[in-house]
Amino acid sequence: MAVTVQDLVKNYTVKKKTIEALKGISFSVEKGEIFGIIGPDGAGKTSLFRILTTLLEPDGGSATVDGCSVKDEYLQIRQRVGYMPGKFSLYQDLTVQENLEFFAAIFNVSIADNYEYIKEIYEQIAPFKDRKAGQLSGGMKQKLALCCALIHKPTVLFLDEPTTGVDAVSRKEFWEMLHRLKTQGITILVSTPYMDEAGLCDRVGLIQKGAFLSIETPQSIIRDFKKTLWSVRADDMYRLMETILKSPLINSCYPFGQYHHVTFKDDTKKQSDLEAIVAPGNFKDVEIAAIQPNIEDCFMALMTE
Amino acid sequence: MRMLKFLLQKELQQILRDPSIIRILFIMPMIQLLILPLAADYEIKNINLGVIDHDHSQYSRNLINKIISSGYFRLKDYSATFPQAIKSIELDKADLILEIPGHFDRDLIQENNNTLFVAVNAINGIKAGLGSAYIQAIINDYNQDIRTQWIQFPRFNPQPMIEVVTNNWYNPNMNYRVFMVPGILVMLVTMIGSSFAANNIVREKEMGTIEQINVSPIKKYQFILGKLIPFLVLAMTVLTVGLIIARVVYGIVPLGSYSTIYFFATIYLIAILGFGLLLSTYAQTQQQSMLVSFFITMIFNLLSGLYTPIESMPEWAQIITRFNPVSYFIEVMRMVMLKGSGIADIRPHIIAMLGFAVFFNSWAILNYRKRSV
Repeated sequence: MAVTVQDLVKNYTVKKKTIEALKGISFSVEKGEIFGIIGPDGAGKTSLFRILTTLLEPDGGSATVDGCSVKDEYLQIRQRVGYMPGKFSLYQDLTVQENLEFFAAIFNVSIADNYEYIKEIYEQIAPFKDRKAGQLSGGMKQKLALCCALIHKPTVLFLDEPTTGVDAVSRKEFWEMLHRLKTQGITILVSTPYMDEAGLCDRVGLIQKGAFLSIETPQSIIRDFKKTLWSVRADDMYRLMETILKSPLINSCYPFGQYHHVTFKDDTKKQSDLEAIVAPGNFKDVEIAAIQPNIEDCFMALMTE
Repeated sequence: MRMLKFLLQKELQQILRDPSIIRILFIMPMIQLLILPLAADYEIKNINLGVIDHDHSQYSRNLINKIISSGYFRLKDYSATFPQAIKSIELDKADLILEIPGHFDRDLIQENNNTLFVAVNAINGIKAGLGSAYIQAIINDYNQDIRTQWIQFPRFNPQPMIEVVTNNWYNPNMNYRVFMVPGILVMLVTMIGSSFAANNIVREKEMGTIEQINVSPIKKYQFILGKLIPFLVLAMTVLTVGLIIARVVYGIVPLGSYSTIYFFATIYLIAILGFGLLLSTYAQTQQQSMLVSFFITMIFNLLSGLYTPIESMPEWAQIITRFNPVSYFIEVMRMVMLKGSGIADIRPHIIAMLGFAVFFNSWAILNYRKRSV
């Protein structure tokens, strides 16, 4: 096991009020796995990462990273993990090259020793190696931060919301890089608020208000979606949603791109029932179809449960 | 050691790359040292004098001339009555009123004594105190002149008199700058050292870069040393610039040796930088650390004996100054510069300063946590 977490608790006290950031969560991550932690802002993702990277002391429970306890063996952990915080936190006034050299130095390695490891990523930013880190574009900063987190050959890599604020193309590239790193045997824990990225992980944990709602592979999460999902479309989408939600038979209705995704409370209902609900609205171009749920539908369903 | 070398290299790169730091480091001391010692002078000059002369005799005129020609007073008002004169004080035209009674010369000649009246505007205490002291000295002097002119000295002086002759040691001409410049230099080095050090770690906190440092296996003392050494070098540079200005502009050549000054300054700066770093381990934002370091260095400076002698402070304030590193350095600076003291003479100061250095730096290292609760 690369990471094990048992009943981990973290509380913050703000103005005499205790906020439970982590309410005794447990999970484990296999070696060489990409484990995604998905949840809305304030769910406890960053607290969890900060505990596992030994930046924060837990209030209860236990956790190990690469076999070392975060409580007593944190010095060993620091040698072995790479951490990329959510906020870009390299030295903006140092150049790309200087940042990389500095982070190699403080982990007591040289760039030459581990260059093979970061070569693929570093080559993309190498043309800008004399530019100050603060002047790089968002995607470039991301790559540099990843290089700096990887330079000491960590066994476990923690990425806290690495794709927040990054454009779609860079996000895709970033995930491709993670998959290549996985083939080198690195365990990767990645948190993200984007549900569409869940499908790219080996396993995902859905976290909300400091507790996991489910920890599954993306496939089994979809498999566990038992209800039939309908997609509905018409000319006036807003009124369509109002009309559908008025019906007592309906369990949920979410806007999803150009369609609304709808489930019934009673799964034996058919397309004709939905047509009957929509009919009084006199909509034009009504399209109704049963579809395969994707991972986002599953999360929306889990979060409302 | 290798780790420390890289930390230092990184700090220096950052400092040298920030043009504002370099500007602040060199321009600030120059302006302070060129303006302050000339402007902040304790000698009060240009005291505005109002005179009510009820006598209009040669004696009263002589007295007034003597006062004006001293250079400290400017005759600004000449009133006929005291209520008129007091008006000029109210209007801030005069700081001090001298009233010469009628029949000043007659009474002086006939009765061998007379009374003058001096009224002082005491809003500015220093001006009032010094002004009345000056005028008293001048009147005394005038009195002596009259005595020598008028009184036939008997063979034996009927009233024994003690004449006091003062000799100013270490600063024979009572040159105010010789005394002030070393002190201002200390203030400057203190301000620069503590505020730069106080801001630096906080800056890393604000930028988030400290997170990356904290997850690394770097040791706490390495991190603190990596911050301390570059600022020590910078503050020493400022001290050097200041000493050069003191020598070239004010002609102040220390009687003691420069090496004594640098030796003590090193220990002093380690203490002051440790204090700055300590603040920055507590503060969360640069604003917090800036305000606190500004507040504390201001108190340090005011209670340092730079402006007011420590000996004239109340007992409790004197006890506070013993815990004020700035007061030690100012004393050492003046001792070395004016008296030519050597290492042996400042031994107690060195021991105290080593204490401060160890105290502040160990507290800073202990309080810097790579892991928060």
